[in-house]
Amino acid sequence: MSYQEKRAIVSLVNSIVVTGLYSAVMLQRYPDASPYSVEVFHYWGAFFLILIPVSIVANIVIDIVFTILSSIAVKEMASSITDERDKLIELRATRISLYTFAVGVLLAMGSLVVDRPPTTMFILLIGAGVVSAITRDISQFYFYRRGS
Amino acid sequence: MGKPLISNNIRKLRFNHDEMTQQALADKVGVTRQTIIAIENAKYFPSLELAFRVARAFNLPLEEVFSFEDQSDNKA
Repeated sequence: MSYQEKRAIVSLVNSIVVTGLYSAVMLQRYPDASPYSVEVFHYWGAFFLILIPVSIVANIVIDIVFTILSSIAVKEMASSITDERDKLIELRATRISLYTFAVGVLLAMGSLVVDRPPTTMFILLIGAGVVSAITRDISQFYFYRRGS
Repeated sequence: MGKPLISNNIRKLRFNHDEMTQQALADKVGVTRQTIIAIENAKYFPSLELAFRVARAFNLPLEEVFSFEDQSDNKA
């Protein structure tokens, strides 16, 4: 298994674990108020704003740990080159990921159309973010495994 | 229009150039070893620039490293 394939798996686990843990912690603080109250909107605003730096920091930390462990365990150094094939695979994976996220956003908007509470819309938005990240990592893994 | 097929002689050329390793060729043309493996196995078709770089690494013209065969040509 190549370094890039391992990296895609680590990123996949990272996306699931970090968002899962963060959601588990934050959902315990869900306000006990009307679904249309200001508190609920404040809660979801904070949920998204905190999630962004948390996932960035977690990504950086896990990336550093993975690079160190990888170089110790299998004497495999991170490639300093990002060549045209890497860029092509990244672009393809990102395109698939963006399509997935767009479907999620449409579903989230659709939930408002069918008179679901705003919480449903926010949960669908978060779900779309997680699923699109997972799709990106799986696509990257698949393309690297296939060769292009 | 048929499916285009681009084949290459990289494996043979590496062997003829003092058994040059995939890593050595990768370093010479500025890509990763995985990319050379993918090109050799015809899983990835390189850009024109990279194809010229590979040909130059063997001091050969492009058409002696890569060849193009269109299946529609065979039907004609």
